[in-house]
Amino acid sequence: MGAGNFATQVDNTFLIVLAISVITLIGITIAMIWFMYRYHHTRHEQAKDIHGHLGLEVAWTVIPTILVLSMFYFGMEGYSEMRTIPEDAFEIQATGRMWSWVFEYENGIQDTALRVPLNRPIHMKLVSNDVIHSLYIPAFRIKKDVVPNVDNRMWFAADEPGYFKDAIACAEYCGDSHWNMYADLDVLPQAEFDAWYKSKGEEFAALAQPAAPGEASKVGLRGPMLFTLKGCNACHSVDGSPLVGPTLKGIFGKEEEVVLADGSSKMITVDEEYLIRSIKEPDAEKVKGFENSIMVAQPLTETELAEIVAYLKTL
Amino acid sequence: MASHAMTGASHREPNYLEYKGKHTGILAWILSTDHKRIGIMYLVVLTAFFLLGVTLGFFMRLEQLYLDKSVSLMTAATYNAIFTLHGVTMIFLVVVPGIPATLGNFMLPLMLGAKDVSFPRLNLLSWWLYVVGALIIFASLFSGGGLPDAGWTFYAPYSVRTATNIPLAVFGVFILGFSSILTGLNFVTTMHRMRAPGMSWFRMPLFCWSLYATGWIQVLATPILGITMLLVFAERLLNIGIFDPSLGGDPILYQHLFWIYSHPAVYIMILPGMGVISEILPTFSRRTIFGYKAITYSTLAIALAGSLVWGHHMFTTGQSWYANFVFSLLTFLVGIPTAIKVFNWVATLYKGSIRIEAPLLYAVGFIFLFSIGGFTGIMLGILNVDIHLHDTYFVVAHFHYVVFGGTMMALFAGIHYWWPKMTGKMYNKKWAISGWAVMFIGFNLLYFTMFIMGYEGMPRRYYGHLEQFHQAHRIATYGSWVLITGILMMVATLISSLRNGEPAADNPWGGSTLEWSIAGLPPLLNFDEIPEVTEDPYTYNPEPEVAHE
Ligand code: HEC
Ligand SMILES: [Cu+2]
Ligand SMILES: [Cu+2]
Repeated sequence: MGAGNFATQVDNTFLIVLAISVITLIGITIAMIWFMYRYHHTRHEQAKDIHGHLGLEVAWTVIPTILVLSMFYFGMEGYSEMRTIPEDAFEIQATGRMWSWVFEYENGIQDTALRVPLNRPIHMKLVSNDVIHSLYIPAFRIKKDVVPNVDNRMWFAADEPGYFKDAIACAEYCGDSHWNMYADLDVLPQAEFDAWYKSKGEEFAALAQPAAPGEASKVGLRGPMLFTLKGCNACHSVDGSPLVGPTLKGIFGKEEEVVLADGSSKMITVDEEYLIRSIKEPDAEKVKGFENSIMVAQPLTETELAEIVAYLKTL
Repeated sequence: MASHAMTGASHREPNYLEYKGKHTGILAWILSTDHKRIGIMYLVVLTAFFLLGVTLGFFMRLEQLYLDKSVSLMTAATYNAIFTLHGVTMIFLVVVPGIPATLGNFMLPLMLGAKDVSFPRLNLLSWWLYVVGALIIFASLFSGGGLPDAGWTFYAPYSVRTATNIPLAVFGVFILGFSSILTGLNFVTTMHRMRAPGMSWFRMPLFCWSLYATGWIQVLATPILGITMLLVFAERLLNIGIFDPSLGGDPILYQHLFWIYSHPAVYIMILPGMGVISEILPTFSRRTIFGYKAITYSTLAIALAGSLVWGHHMFTTGQSWYANFVFSLLTFLVGIPTAIKVFNWVATLYKGSIRIEAPLLYAVGFIFLFSIGGFTGIMLGILNVDIHLHDTYFVVAHFHYVVFGGTMMALFAGIHYWWPKMTGKMYNKKWAISGWAVMFIGFNLLYFTMFIMGYEGMPRRYYGHLEQFHQAHRIATYGSWVLITGILMMVATLISSLRNGEPAADNPWGGSTLEWSIAGLPPLLNFDEIPEVTEDPYTYNPEPEVAHE
């Protein structure tokens, strides 16, 4: 999937240090084996007490010092480039949450895959509403932690077009499906990207508008999409299989037992009010059997909440 | 005391195993303030925990044989709990107490020519705290909403959010911290107060020096762990915002506090191992150590500089550019004294009269594996390279080379070295060496593969993996089987020597330090008469013309 703009430099620094390490390690190993053979007591009866050698001590202090300081310098150089985000970079916000990524663009597009223009510096603004995640693109050799309440940023430029599945990972342990928090990267030539950006942007803008008088209500239209974009599908299936959270198949009107914050439990029938509460304040009433699993409330607009609830009713 | 005299033939004191005190049976152990018995008790409990940790690691590796998670052994939640427990057990119950608690307790007073440590009762208390801390941690498994699953680092806010019984586990770690502090305090005092007449600081064996530096880190750094764990505890129970951002806390603060302890802890783990190696090499080379003072000063330099590099665990957190700059630079500086040590060890083999025995092979294996751990540590200290490698299998491989290839191999080396003095028995040399060889091969198969996976982008703490990593995961798993076979061979060889081993000579390896001057197993108070030290340690060939170069 190409190497991005940093990989060559990181790899080269790594390879230089690797070469120095391998040579030194071979030296040490050969010396040890040779000494053990040459000075084995059958060949060398009388040992010699050599207490040290100033010249050698100085040599193996000074040479490593020079080596590590130059390694430090190269690392610093490369890192300075990583942290200096170009002015004209294209900004995208990445939100990490248990356990999926969503990418938001300035014109309102939201997507679970990261779509970027080719060869253009991309400025990622990193947001988390729950625990720490870390956005990691191994092929590009970059990562940055996504920390709640911390304004972290990173940048890169993709240098090969194509759709790269599972190119983005989460590198900071964040719970059960941390291992599965992969997202795809889609690199498009600038013209193609622009076309997508424009048409998709209009689609999102239209959906965000309240329905015009006389027009059929939009509520329910975006439900399935929001269910994915807001990350609900990471923990809830709609086909009956249990994930980290209970399945939402047939949720509306269902009778079930919930556990309250004080530990007592009661039977309820799922209605609209309950659905809203369990989305906005997940800890208020927890489904029996899932008391110990986490759900973190996602920031949702009123319209989005209404659309999701409308969708849940249809399941 | 006449009653202690043996039959007419021998007038020597009963050894520490024969000695009869107030208590009998198990109480004669768990209430004993004899540093030797305490050392053995640590060794027994620690071995049990080590084997538990190995078992957990075995299951983690087994799970990685499955690419398709619908048919695998365990759920993600179970896997996460297993790696958490593996880490907590291995770090807090095995590697941190590790060498000081076992070999250090047994050998330090013997090597100093002392009758015991300065505070024998405090020493027993340390052992009790260790056991109680461990029990509390295990109790946390069976209470609360499931197994702790936050990883051994307990990063906030996840550790604050998860419903599992983190507070109790954290409290256990807190108690363990006190055990560690008291041991460190005891050792430092012992070295200040109880060296035999004539043993100046620079006549102390290097193993003692390493315990000295370690003792200081334990005393100075461990309280920070205690405070951190207390804060996590308070946050969970009182619901006040310290680390959890949703309550107004700062998760990065947690990482700072955690690593201010846990990085120096890496040196608590490794320095005593380096000390063991510095004992073994001269003994089996029959010559003095090369660069005694260089090794001593580099021990102190590592302890000092190592306390200032914690931020290298946080290069990707968004901490300031200056912080990254300084932490990266200091990290490289720790590499220098480490390199000095390695070169001095290798030079110690030069012009020796070498006997190849199991302890020497473990020591040489240590130098090889630990060097790889060190070089890869340098790679991780390079800022832009660490951005890529942080939180991948590369890091996992790196620290296993350091703590397993380093500390644990040094512990094994030391156990094989001092076994005759601790048990009075010799183990089977052939089996001991085969165990070492199998372990060495398995170790590299398992962990070297992880370096490659890590560089290719396999993140750590993953229950599953992408198909591209599957082959490497399989090799690593097969390696783990070889490694475990080696470990079992070692344990079996040592245990069977207790029953079937030849009685050990007083000084089977021809060691020159004081512990070997004792005839047979040490008696309760170690020395009938406190020895007088008249020469430098490791003086094997005191011809004047080669005494100094
Ligand atoms: C990190 C995993 C996770 C995510 C993401 C998540 N949930 Fe949940 N959800 C749970 C868990 C666990 C429960 C059961 C415990 C509880 O009631 O809080 C739950 C319960 C619910 C319930 C109540 C179900 C019932 O049977 O009563 C609803 C409704 C719900 N979630 C909706 C959502 C919606 C909508 C989203 C997306 C905005 C979402 N969840 C995202 C884990 C999650
Ligand atoms: Cu994660
Ligand atoms: Cu560190």
